[in-house]
Amino acid sequence: MKPAAFAYHRASSVRDAVDLLGELADDDPKILAGGQSLVAMMNYRMSRPGHLVDITHVPGLAGIRRDGAGLRIGALTTHRAVEKADLGPDFRVLSDAMRWVGHLPIRTRGTVGGSIAHADATAEWCLLAVLLDAAVVCEGPAGRREIPARGFFLGPFTTALDADEVIVEIVFGRPAPRAAVTEYADRRGDFAIVAAGVDLDTGDVVLGGVGTTPVLVEDAGTQDEIADALELRDEPGVPASYRRDLVRTLVGRAREAASRL
Amino acid sequence: MTDVQLIELTVNGERHDLAIPPRRTLADVLRHDLGLTGTHVGCEHGICGACTVLVDGAPARACLLFAAQVENSAIRTVESLAGPDGELSDLQACFAEHHGLQCGFCTPGFLMLAEGFLAEEPDATREEIREVVASNLCRCTGYQTITDAVDDCASRRRAALQSALDSGVDTS
Amino acid sequence: MSTFRGQCNEKYSQVAQPPGLRRDGTWVGASVPRREDPRLLTGRGRFVDDITLPRMLHAAFVRSTEAHAHLSGVDLSEVREVSGVVAAFDAADLALGDITALLERPAEQFTPTSMPVLAREKVRYAGEPVAIVLATDPYAAEDGVEAAVVEYEPLDPVVSEEAALAAAGPPVHDEAPGNVLVDVSLFATEGIDEVFTDAHTVVRVEAHTGRQNALPLETRGAVAEWDDRAEQLVVHTCTQVPHQVRTVLARCAGLDERQVRVLVPDMGGGFGQKCVVGREAIAAAAAARRLRRPVKWIEDRREALTASFLAREQHYTARAAFSGDGEILALDADVVCDMGAYSCYPFTAGIEPLMASAEMPSVYRVPSYRVRGRAVTTNKAPTAPYRGVSRPQYVMVMERLMERAARELGLDPLDVRRRNLITEFPYRGINEVTYDPGSYRESLDLCEQVLRDEGWLAHTEPGRIVGVGYACFSERTGYGSGAFAQRKMQVVPGFDLSQITMDLDGTVTVTTGTLSHGQSHETTFAQIVADRLGIGYDKVKIVQGDTDRITYGWGSFASRSVTIGGSAASAAAAKLGDQLRSLAAHLAEVDLDSTELDGRGGVRAGDRTLPFTELADVAYLRAHLLPKDVGPGLTATASFDVGGDGTFSNATHGCVVALDPGTGGVEILRYVCVEDCGVAIHPRVVEGQARGGIAQGIAGALFEEVVYDELGQPMAPSLMEYKVPTAAEIPDVRIEHLETPCAFTANGAKGAGEGGTIGAPAAVLNAVNHALRHTGVELDRTPIARAAVHEALKEAP
Repeated sequence: MKPAAFAYHRASSVRDAVDLLGELADDDPKILAGGQSLVAMMNYRMSRPGHLVDITHVPGLAGIRRDGAGLRIGALTTHRAVEKADLGPDFRVLSDAMRWVGHLPIRTRGTVGGSIAHADATAEWCLLAVLLDAAVVCEGPAGRREIPARGFFLGPFTTALDADEVIVEIVFGRPAPRAAVTEYADRRGDFAIVAAGVDLDTGDVVLGGVGTTPVLVEDAGTQDEIADALELRDEPGVPASYRRDLVRTLVGRAREAASRL
Repeated sequence: MTDVQLIELTVNGERHDLAIPPRRTLADVLRHDLGLTGTHVGCEHGICGACTVLVDGAPARACLLFAAQVENSAIRTVESLAGPDGELSDLQACFAEHHGLQCGFCTPGFLMLAEGFLAEEPDATREEIREVVASNLCRCTGYQTITDAVDDCASRRRAALQSALDSGVDTS
Repeated sequence: MSTFRGQCNEKYSQVAQPPGLRRDGTWVGASVPRREDPRLLTGRGRFVDDITLPRMLHAAFVRSTEAHAHLSGVDLSEVREVSGVVAAFDAADLALGDITALLERPAEQFTPTSMPVLAREKVRYAGEPVAIVLATDPYAAEDGVEAAVVEYEPLDPVVSEEAALAAAGPPVHDEAPGNVLVDVSLFATEGIDEVFTDAHTVVRVEAHTGRQNALPLETRGAVAEWDDRAEQLVVHTCTQVPHQVRTVLARCAGLDERQVRVLVPDMGGGFGQKCVVGREAIAAAAAARRLRRPVKWIEDRREALTASFLAREQHYTARAAFSGDGEILALDADVVCDMGAYSCYPFTAGIEPLMASAEMPSVYRVPSYRVRGRAVTTNKAPTAPYRGVSRPQYVMVMERLMERAARELGLDPLDVRRRNLITEFPYRGINEVTYDPGSYRESLDLCEQVLRDEGWLAHTEPGRIVGVGYACFSERTGYGSGAFAQRKMQVVPGFDLSQITMDLDGTVTVTTGTLSHGQSHETTFAQIVADRLGIGYDKVKIVQGDTDRITYGWGSFASRSVTIGGSAASAAAAKLGDQLRSLAAHLAEVDLDSTELDGRGGVRAGDRTLPFTELADVAYLRAHLLPKDVGPGLTATASFDVGGDGTFSNATHGCVVALDPGTGGVEILRYVCVEDCGVAIHPRVVEGQARGGIAQGIAGALFEEVVYDELGQPMAPSLMEYKVPTAAEIPDVRIEHLETPCAFTANGAKGAGEGGTIGAPAAVLNAVNHALRHTGVELDRTPIARAAVHEALKEAP
């Protein structure tokens, strides 16, 4: 389980990273951030980029700040940094949800931007970004643009990011003081069979594990209505009816948790 | 693409100059280029935690890092824990006293996990410690004695700190 | 040196010490600091992957991508062009002999098959090694593997027990057209059918247990080199059975046994997966010999999960007849074990069905018994013994039968067990096994009492449903030659042999054929020997895992080490003690009867005390003072074997679970283990074995399964899918000790290695079923599917 060969490039700035992605475009370059999913896949040789562009040394990409637009979380901010941050009642759902992300040594390296870019349909950051209607700020050859998270996840591990774009930060513009996320997996730290996030103020619900991307249900009805409307297939060990019931249970529990906030 | 890359790595306070292919993981570099074989490799996909080391004080999986990435970081491995004469650290002694290891293969990973965690969270409860112990896999112990060892070490460190504070109060 | 005494709860401890039992020493029974710990805690242990030799090459294997196919071509020419690759060999290149394990049973009971070191002509599971690639580093070796071109003519794979028995397609092995490698029908007590016809109640259980991986955290591996000076192929490898590896490697490679030396460094667990001879280490050693360069092979986790040795996939169809007041009258079982593609050496594919058939009556007085045990071969990775071997499965079935009978008869399930537990010892079972004394009834009573005292029997949880389950079982430990011969293995493990030597300074070195890999033998064997000689346990060095230094040994498996190996070491030490006394008698000019070891490193001889150092001085440096008929040196050899049926450890486990109706989630709230392994040499080590074993048993009950798809492709190639439980899933375990010493092992010890694993699946499954009792649903499949738990609770009234 050793990765295939690649050339390593250390970007000094976002602009540098974007330039490298452009220059190396013919030989499958890939951004290396926390690497907690990418390197595992490379060790299995399921991912074999020709070039890695390491952005972990780019200054200014890690950190959490607030401005008029809301809460801005830099792409290189680790899950652990968010977990430990005091985000106040408006955004505590973000730090509370970090307990569902892997385990401590994964959270110390894994990054918010990396998680969003990887686009696992059950990953907490993907769910949170969709639930809170966040914007993904990315930079490409033409400069920066904002992509709404609700239009960002296009399919399994597929996003609206262009091949030569780099995620810079995620902007959470809308406070969510009455939002919560909960999950179920047989084993602690695993990707969820079903994950559910709710925001009682908007009435929105987001679900992980029920499709190839996070599934948003705007202005959602009862948990039965949400669960019954899903199109689900039987999968090994997880019958559709079980997954549907997990949705029912977890949306209910997330709503209970949020209503206690 | 077998180009080698020159990197400078700081491990346990010592600087090393290395010429390595960029695809070499930190785990392999520590073990096979630097001969620090205390860091073990159990899965190479970040689940088992046998390769856990400290990167700038935080526990991290050495199998999910390329050595080239951590050039400017301080790496600590299990070899850094004991005193220069081999005397066990308080954490290591707690593992021995609680029988927190059997075959010993996972042990360095658990030690570094606990070392990093307790430095950040010295007041952790046993339940919090158990949740962090759940980061790594052990196939021998059933985990209970590992949790006990870390919990005991945390208590002893708190007691030592308290007694240092108390004696400081007395003399002032 | 500080010692930790074992902590024993006074209220519950029931220690019986028969006359003559030696527990008067300083060390046995004390939880002393482990000799192994300092190096393992400081990262200074030496595991196989820590060994690096000059000019060493790294091996990786080209593995079959098909589960079942004819091999029509293996082209390694591109492999050899890859940068860093030095050589690549297929089966024809290495021309090694096959690995063949045999039972001495008639053709209708056993079909011999062979496992080639590298696949030839045919592949029988996805992951089977087809060629070995040698490169200057492991990264390049994997690059080389990717360049191999293997042509297959796929055959329909046999991927289930049902498909194997249906035998509709091409068989896995041509020698076994029905895909059955072992088929034994045993015991069949006369009149058993009438017992079932006439019985008040007959209960049935049909149980399935999932395929598991023993999953030592250190994967398999080897470093091999040809040593011209020693004229030997020297192989460092993590195996539980070094002499078996030597024998098989010598045979496969056409070498004399003296031309092979197997050395075992520190080892990161085994649990049975490393107690059979694997093929990759042999291929790596053959390549090292061929290339005259050291070769290292370290199995990676994907290989370990998909292509190593697996275990435990079994299907039971069992029924038991009961009287109206809960007395078991007869047991009738059909056991089918899915052994995968090959028979393992030395145990054969019979390992699981023969164990289940021989011992299924368990701790109960079963008057009539009939069993059919079969091993079927399928296109999955082969199987090896795994901690407990079939006992976790048949104990689960027996305990389910007890529960079901209690339910049918409206009786308390613990009373049904009490009515049937063996209480008079020695007990000769219907299965022709004699059970030595144990505390079957006492352990059950104590386990229930502990749970009651802690308040669990009346415990409820808001929103969750609580259940309590038990498992009563015994565990045969110390299988000697007699017991293995009864299984009709051609290669009969059993004895162990120890050599002890005292040096000039009065310290001793003891060899043992057993092989510690987490069990602490460097400590516990030292305790045993130290007490025999009356010296400090730090004055005893244990030597293990070196075929050049140790006379043929059987290694560590089946909880045999302390019972058999420890007894051999003890006997060797006793012999040395006699030598020391004899020498002292001569020097002090007194009768032998007037001498005794003084317990402080010397011999009292009449009114003199001669320290061992003084005796050693004579034995080595002033041999002219020795008696005429005594040679120089201080060394003794002793062996130990169990001629009869071995000795039985026993335990009762109690488990409390809470079920979450909304998710089907299962949480273990409490786990209590009341165990009896006779005299515990090192109580803390015994507890460690129990806790670790219980964790593996819980893993099988609730989490781990090796799943294949319909094409025979493994679906759990990573630890994301193969769900080894963590500290978040494994509960704290309260352990209480009972002590029924073994009458015939040194120190009265019984084995302690497997019990935890044996009891846990039954206890967990019974607890879950107890919680589901209002639903009418009973689950008899492990790992327990949360979807099934959820479904049962959803349908409940």
